[in-house]
Amino acid sequence: MLDIVGKRYLFFGVSLLVIVPGLIALLLWGMPSGIDFTGGSLLEVEFDSGVAPQPSQIRELYTQSGFDDSLVQTSGSAIIIVRSKSMPDSSKGEIIREMESRFGSTITVRRFESVGPSVGKEVAARAALAVAIAAIFIMLYITYAFRGVAHAFRYGTSAIIAMLHDVAVVIGVEAILGHFLGWEADALFLTALLTVIGFSVHDTIVVFDRIRENSTLYRRLPYQTLVNHSIVQTLDRSINTQLTVMITLLALVLLGGETTRHFVTILLVGIFSGTYSSIFNAASLLVVWENREWRTWFRTAK
Amino acid sequence: MKRYRMFIVILVLLALALWVDMPNSSLNVGNFSRSFETKLGLDLVGGVQALLEADWPADKALPADSMNTARAIVENRVNGLGVSEAVVQLAGERRIVVEIPGQVDPDQAIATIQETGLLEFVHMGSQSLPEGTEIVTDYETGNLPVEAPTPTVITSTVVTPTEVLPAQEVLHTVMTGAALKTVTVSTDTYGDYVIQFALNAEGTQKFAEYTSLNVGQILGIVLDKKVISAPVVRDAIPDGQGIISGNFTLESANKLAIQLRYGSLPIPLKVVESNSVGPTLGQDSLRRSLIAGSIGLAMVIIFMAFYYRLPGMVADLALIVYALLTLALFKLIPVTLTLPGIAGFVLSIGMAVDANILIFSRLKEELRGGRSLRQAIDLGWGRAWPSIRDSNFSTLITCGILFWFGNTFGASIVKGFSITLAIGVIISLFTAITVTRTILHLVLDNMKFAEHPKWFGVG
Repeated sequence: MLDIVGKRYLFFGVSLLVIVPGLIALLLWGMPSGIDFTGGSLLEVEFDSGVAPQPSQIRELYTQSGFDDSLVQTSGSAIIIVRSKSMPDSSKGEIIREMESRFGSTITVRRFESVGPSVGKEVAARAALAVAIAAIFIMLYITYAFRGVAHAFRYGTSAIIAMLHDVAVVIGVEAILGHFLGWEADALFLTALLTVIGFSVHDTIVVFDRIRENSTLYRRLPYQTLVNHSIVQTLDRSINTQLTVMITLLALVLLGGETTRHFVTILLVGIFSGTYSSIFNAASLLVVWENREWRTWFRTAK
Repeated sequence: MKRYRMFIVILVLLALALWVDMPNSSLNVGNFSRSFETKLGLDLVGGVQALLEADWPADKALPADSMNTARAIVENRVNGLGVSEAVVQLAGERRIVVEIPGQVDPDQAIATIQETGLLEFVHMGSQSLPEGTEIVTDYETGNLPVEAPTPTVITSTVVTPTEVLPAQEVLHTVMTGAALKTVTVSTDTYGDYVIQFALNAEGTQKFAEYTSLNVGQILGIVLDKKVISAPVVRDAIPDGQGIISGNFTLESANKLAIQLRYGSLPIPLKVVESNSVGPTLGQDSLRRSLIAGSIGLAMVIIFMAFYYRLPGMVADLALIVYALLTLALFKLIPVTLTLPGIAGFVLSIGMAVDANILIFSRLKEELRGGRSLRQAIDLGWGRAWPSIRDSNFSTLITCGILFWFGNTFGASIVKGFSITLAIGVIISLFTAITVTRTILHLVLDNMKFAEHPKWFGVG
């Protein structure tokens, strides 16, 4: 039989291999945050003539309108995206009119967003609060649902640690991809993160449920063997569920529009991590806890 | 027998869902009429979203009920733009979310929302104009006539809110809402609801002059150039204390009193966030997401049939039932579909399959363990249930917290996602458990060949 629990430190290591670089990226470059969190404005326009002016010309126009912090991005030949500090709609109207007259083309506004700085910060703070509350409720629920087995509290806690693992993976990957691909954490990223949390726990509970069931069936089995047995028994299901969710999400990444690509990619990463942590980490944590293995972590081998 | 009954319930539900899912379906029972349309969010059809916040010191409590009143006024103004299906909702304690789908000029829309309303008392002569009529007054035109002009009669047709009839005459504004000191709702000697008002010194004088000359004429109450009430002057009112009577209910009297009191917004609002999406971007995203969703669904169906054989195919049927039921519910509730909402739906397809995968994995195990087919089916369902229950419940907890988060912050994106995911989870429990099981038993009852384990991917 596959011995997953026996190689637990190897799998913890694999997790760290992903999480540590992500956290380093986060410390080095910070989390590239969209205007949903930092406040600011985003204007995406299409020049009907089919040719957008040079970014420098747009920046100049923004500076003259009193927005000297603009960042201009082009997308295709006719579309530009300009980020700047938050502005009222009236300023946007002026900027559009000025663009039309200066660059001699009518303009279609594809998207305009403006978020005041205080709102952005509040959203970020409340998001963290939402995650914390979700974690507490889920932990309470699992502890309640596993009240029939010994140390029910450990199951809730381990599920939450596995969940935090997935949060760390998602945030780390976002920080890395954000740096290289220019992705920004926005309200959609937050939605993806919260979904991953839900899915991660969903997946972990299935494995834990099997431990719950087996612990009444095989009372004499050593705990580690029992846990490993349970993981292997649910492996088939874990992989197949993972496959079906991955199939639908992959279809969305490859064929869905540009608007959702970032969102779905993050979901994909998070859900992969969710399955990984529920197979290789969550149940192993129970064994680590049972054996109180942390007592030997910092001792040199004899 | 019980199984056949459940089968009939499923068929009826399916027929209902199909009927609702049909394009342009609607329900007409007597006076009740409702059409079922898929509501699409701003990110799909384009439109404007604005988050308004009370411009009020954060440490000071807002005047009681002021946000509700402000919301009602903003809603009136937004509807005045001539758009359909605009949504104006409170978000948390000091914010209002305004969502206007479709083609509107965002600058104009936001300007309209923010302007302070103007309450006027307008001389209408003998002509009573219906509520909602748009009129032109001489206030703000800069040349306020000193004496009242001869009463002018204008056409009383109701004009559509956004356009003013070109030939309309200018009506005289006697005074504005600024002259009102207090407005209260009370009852008269007959027990009918009336509105009592008191005017300031300047207003008292103007009003005394006007009413003494115009007994029997109509003095219209006009908010933002729209008639909200057209009472007749019964007596001269020299002391600035007046009563408006009419066939008021407590509710309509309160509404008018609020409009008189707060014709302008009761608290200043500022725009803290605004979004506008052009229609082309939205339609493109919608088309692509739908294609991606269908392909994803098709691949899941193929995978299930291939891997789990007969039960897999039954699960596929259940999955199709699931998709039809969920879409019907989206239309019935109705749920506004946004891009993340569609993503949530697609994700819930994956989770819907999960319950079946859990069951079938157990079923296969029990078959390999030497149980008979029927026993294995019952055991598969029974043993998979606790894990299905607990895992889905934890997803629902997350949905609840996401919903709260989205609702408090006017983040309708997050809210839409949580609703679609929650609906998906609940329906999937029904289809993956009841529907699959019923159909599987029916197949086994009626087709003996299906009992061979190879149909279950075992042996």
